[in-house]
Amino acid sequence: MKKEIWIFGDYRNYFQNRVTLQLLAKATELAAQIEAKVCAVLFGCEVSEYVSEYIAHGADCVYVTDHPLLKDYSVEIYVALTEQLAKERKPEIILVGATSFGREFAPRVAKRLGTGLTADCIDLEIGDNGLLIQTAPSFGGNLLAKIVTPECRPQMATVRPGVFRELPHDCIRTARIERIPLPDDLPKARVRLICSERQAQRDQRLEDARVVVCGGRGMGTRSKFKKLFELARLMNGEVGATRPVVYSKWAEPESLIGQAGRHIRPKVLFSFGISGAIQHTAATHNAEFIIAVNKNPNAAMMKMADVAVVADANQVCTALIKELKERIRN
Amino acid sequence: MMKLIVCIKQVPMVSELPWDSKTGTLRRELADGMMNPACRHALEAALQLKHEHGGHITAITMGPSVAEEILREAVAAGADRGILLTDRLMGGADTFATSYTLARAIEKTCPDFDLVLCGCHTSDSETAQVGPQLAEELDIPGAAYVEHLELDGSILRMQRLSDNFLETLEMDLPGLVTVTTQLYSPRYVSLSGVQDAFEKADIIFVSAEDIGLDRNRIGMKGSPTRISDVYSPTSDKKNIVMKGAARKIADQLFEKFGDRISGAIGKDLKTHDHEEEAEEEI
Repeated sequence: MKKEIWIFGDYRNYFQNRVTLQLLAKATELAAQIEAKVCAVLFGCEVSEYVSEYIAHGADCVYVTDHPLLKDYSVEIYVALTEQLAKERKPEIILVGATSFGREFAPRVAKRLGTGLTADCIDLEIGDNGLLIQTAPSFGGNLLAKIVTPECRPQMATVRPGVFRELPHDCIRTARIERIPLPDDLPKARVRLICSERQAQRDQRLEDARVVVCGGRGMGTRSKFKKLFELARLMNGEVGATRPVVYSKWAEPESLIGQAGRHIRPKVLFSFGISGAIQHTAATHNAEFIIAVNKNPNAAMMKMADVAVVADANQVCTALIKELKERIRN
Repeated sequence: MMKLIVCIKQVPMVSELPWDSKTGTLRRELADGMMNPACRHALEAALQLKHEHGGHITAITMGPSVAEEILREAVAAGADRGILLTDRLMGGADTFATSYTLARAIEKTCPDFDLVLCGCHTSDSETAQVGPQLAEELDIPGAAYVEHLELDGSILRMQRLSDNFLETLEMDLPGLVTVTTQLYSPRYVSLSGVQDAFEKADIIFVSAEDIGLDRNRIGMKGSPTRISDVYSPTSDKKNIVMKGAARKIADQLFEKFGDRISGAIGKDLKTHDHEEEAEEEI
């Protein structure tokens, strides 16, 4: 029987569904190397639209339990269902999006299956020995660790949303859909959901931006900080801010880039006058290319940058605006 | 009387992590230890429950003998006793082995507990896995990323924000929660308070043998995962340093990285032809 890579279908909101699609794409790549097939595992009530979506995005097979009793997300119930199915089908790998739900669900599944789990991975690859090499950050992204599960199966990881790119939607793809009935001995959830209110969807402009211009207190004053908006506008980018800037009310709290704020992964990050507290570097280290401007060459942000410009942040910002206006072809 | 258990961990002081400038890696062994920030919030939540409802708090940690410091700090903050699981055999544990070790220790030292509180994640390895796995090991209901707790008889009511959903949950005790850093700001513990705790605190040292742990299920031996490599993500960057007048720098940035910038912003950029100005200013 062909090995299976499972992707947990986490569909409750846009962001969760995106990470599921991203994992399907990565799993397709990994599956080719270990001759496995990609299976989406999905629990819920009236979820056929997600079944189709997962197939269109790379699933070779979908295991779905669709039942009115599963209308609410429940860690305990989903863990029990996954445990039962995994003990029967013995997948080689299970990948789960590192959403709040995924990060509570996956550790429990791993415990029940007696296997290892790596948290919040930012890369996955198959090693020479066929093992899944899972790259996970620690110390706020200052260190990366490659982790393997040599003996136990399945190999399990939660994966940070946004690190892989989803495949284009292919509506003519077909796949096997296997309907798994709700087991008779399904346990009752011991944690009772009293109410659940959907919060307003936070816009994802900063997370999705290809260019982010991020400023810190080194910009000098509130009015100088405003120049960053013009620079960002010229580059079709977004403006992010550090915590001290938000505290000083130079920028809105929604623009906070940090552990408690937004995590970004732009193609190019411009960092102006930011020393680089760990909460901030943790949220920016996935940027592809970092240009940092700071008077202090030893600032953490300067050390992690591709280009470290030792100069006054405000002056460089002004010069860049001028330069861009001259260079952009209409 | 409520029996509360708070699981805490000693982590390196992140803001003062010493870097090895030659290799660009952290010298973790040189860092001072502190109580993990999220664990402080869990302790504070326990202290507030104790204040409102009465209770007894056991702070428990697994680690080297110096981790005793954070137990004394917990006692100084108001915990009633500390338990230090320390044993060479427990070293190198991943979350799977850690949750087994903690669960067996809790069952041995405090079998009639009502609530276990953990921080939602640690600042060093950042897995956030020990809490949920400990709930599995203890076979009790559990909820992660809880922001607010309210006790109503033997029912615990919880609020949390989970992936854009504001959830209200309930469970019967005994149970387990992992607490976020949103609320429950840790109280100030004076230095003299910690010093007093060093003199009189009730700290119990526990080895694997003391509580009859299965040697094959603890430490590295009991861990399904292996770390194959640890490295600094910034060390492979070129880290080009530029200096000089702002105008020249702006020009040079576009001359050298114009393609990359133009690709990202989706606009065509002119490249200037000014050989003499481009003389290595950088």
